[in-house]
Amino acid sequence: MQANDPDILWVEEPKLGLAGKLYLPLIAQGLTTTTRHLFSKKITVSYPDTEPEIANPLIYRGVHRLNRDEQGRVKCVACFLCATACPAHCIDIIGTESPWPDREKYPESFTIDELRCIYCGMCEEACPVDAIELTSLYNLTGRTREEMVFDKEKLLSVHDQTIDKEPMRSQGGATSQGGFP
Amino acid sequence: MAKVWIDDQEIELGDNERLNGIEAARRVGVEVPHYCWHPGLSVVASCRMCLVECGTKNSETGEVSMLPKLVPACQTPAKDGTVMVTNSEKVAHARAFVEEALLIDHPIDCPICDKAGECNLQDYHFEHGQQERRADIKPFTSRRRSMGETVTLFVDRCVMCSRCVRFCREVTGTNELMVVQRGAHEEIDVFPGFPLENKLSGNVVDLCPVGALGDSDFLYSQRVWFMKTHNGVCTGCSTGCSIQIDENQDKVYRIRPRTNPHVNQWWMCDDGRYNWRYIHDDARLIGPSVSDPAVSGNGASSNGDGSGLGLMEWSTVIARVDDDVRTAGKMAVVLSPHLTVEEAYLLCTYARDVDPDALIAVGPAPVVGEDETFSQGFTIRAEKCPNRRGVEEVAAVFGKRLTLDELLPKITRDGIQTVWVTGGYPQADWMDEATANQLAAAQMLVVQDIADSPLWQVATHKMPSATFAEKEGSYVNFSNRLQSVPWAIRPPAGARTEGSVYWQLLGRSGLYQSKIVLKEVASEIAFFRAAGEDVGEHGVDLTIDMLAGA
Repeated sequence: MQANDPDILWVEEPKLGLAGKLYLPLIAQGLTTTTRHLFSKKITVSYPDTEPEIANPLIYRGVHRLNRDEQGRVKCVACFLCATACPAHCIDIIGTESPWPDREKYPESFTIDELRCIYCGMCEEACPVDAIELTSLYNLTGRTREEMVFDKEKLLSVHDQTIDKEPMRSQGGATSQGGFP
Repeated sequence: MAKVWIDDQEIELGDNERLNGIEAARRVGVEVPHYCWHPGLSVVASCRMCLVECGTKNSETGEVSMLPKLVPACQTPAKDGTVMVTNSEKVAHARAFVEEALLIDHPIDCPICDKAGECNLQDYHFEHGQQERRADIKPFTSRRRSMGETVTLFVDRCVMCSRCVRFCREVTGTNELMVVQRGAHEEIDVFPGFPLENKLSGNVVDLCPVGALGDSDFLYSQRVWFMKTHNGVCTGCSTGCSIQIDENQDKVYRIRPRTNPHVNQWWMCDDGRYNWRYIHDDARLIGPSVSDPAVSGNGASSNGDGSGLGLMEWSTVIARVDDDVRTAGKMAVVLSPHLTVEEAYLLCTYARDVDPDALIAVGPAPVVGEDETFSQGFTIRAEKCPNRRGVEEVAAVFGKRLTLDELLPKITRDGIQTVWVTGGYPQADWMDEATANQLAAAQMLVVQDIADSPLWQVATHKMPSATFAEKEGSYVNFSNRLQSVPWAIRPPAGARTEGSVYWQLLGRSGLYQSKIVLKEVASEIAFFRAAGEDVGEHGVDLTIDMLAGA
């Protein structure tokens, strides 16, 4: 971009008046703001003593969970669409023939590297059966890297932990128009 | 000379060309969608996907008269004056209706269907289908049943193109598959007690334009869009079928035939298709070693099995091998028919460099049973190695070509100090203990192989080598056709391709490149002269040049 580009609007710094040159009125103005905030309602919380309140857990993008169907089985059909959509390549699935007569394929293993994940929520969007969802659990800690690679059981346990507070986003699967059993 | 017009483009066909509408349209870059037509099978014109407008142009008046109805392009010969229109509204409507009809009772289970991503029904639907689904049948999953050991049928995904049925009738001549029931209840099936079992059964999976026939071996193991496809040559027998190796992150998932009119046409046998698991066998040899009492004596790098063999770095091993071979003197080399032409040439060059009188022998070419020919000419050869012709021709140039049996008595009689044996056979029993011990009579036994064998046990210098998927280079099949292929995956850590080892032994700089070596081979060995030019996807016939030169 050139300095004489017609799209650039050059502005001059306004000249200081007497009040500006004295500084004191401006200091008083600043202190007023500070004092007002001292007595207004606090918007920060003292984490970890106080847990922050999540305004809408349904759109929060925290730890993943693997949903269960009505019979308590993992809902995932091992279609690999989440792994395909994942920009961080943190989802690793091994699909195999399902042990149930009404389902064809299921994940023998399903792991998400929570450290590698960037919590973009694309897996949730890609899932044709609403099996993978992001919960509002945000305080994720662990002592080792291995611990932070969540396997199928761990992801299902996140579901059990959060399902009461956060219902499934949609009734995907058998009842929905676009999905399939 | 026949003049044909396709979508206002004029093409001229040769006098001996018998093309149908689909093939003629391809010449001008127009793709006519089709399910049931396949160049290797008879025409049934049953899917109605290739319907086009057709007419004739009067050569004298130039007047075009079109047929009132659409005709299937697969069944319409492109003859002089044929006019075809594939992009009109009428044709687009016909295609959309065919797609809709197929999708009425096709389960929408693409996410769990193995074909998704390379499915004609999917592709054509996006290109030619309607936006909305008017049928009120709810999505459902497909019934499935096994057709045989290699193939699983997903009954409801079938679009009844009958390619698989025709394949079993026309190409294998075994007639296992058939269409049962009628109308909307039509299904592919086998007669009870007579499953699909022939040596070419895997081809029906490639033929299937949708996900109805699934490969039991590949089923659910990988989504197709994760895999990269590399050209290859099947090393299962001396036919040397052109193949595609589908791989993801250095792991092979399946092997499919690649169309090559001169070798395998569109097919390959199940032996070649499924016999690649040894590539990823846990028993693959890794880590080179040199027997050295001094090294294991001080415990510096002993592998602890008391054999006196220490695992070493590749760079050290190659330097050591070179040192030892050059000090030892008289040398004999056994070229495996699993080596590529380039590798055989480099090894012979190296042997000649070390010992100008080095003996060159060609390793055993295993023969199992007899050649098996199917009704349309596809042949599975009894000779179970890919490149006997190639290494023989290379060996012949470097002096008297011996067989392994001729070499054995010479080892003690001529006082051979070094024997260099190359393996690479998928058959675990390619060498027996007696032969191995005879070879070990030499002071040094250098072995390059992929799996443990009696020979590997008695070797003094051990260098794990690579399988066909890991090698680049050229193979010469039974009919002297040379095919060059790139590598598909990297060899496991601790193994190296034979070519790269010889490249380093010969002190060449940079990485091993088979193309450079093939150019050398072509310029130095008359038999390979035709390979001097760029070797295309279909390979070159080396005999053409031989006849011209004679």
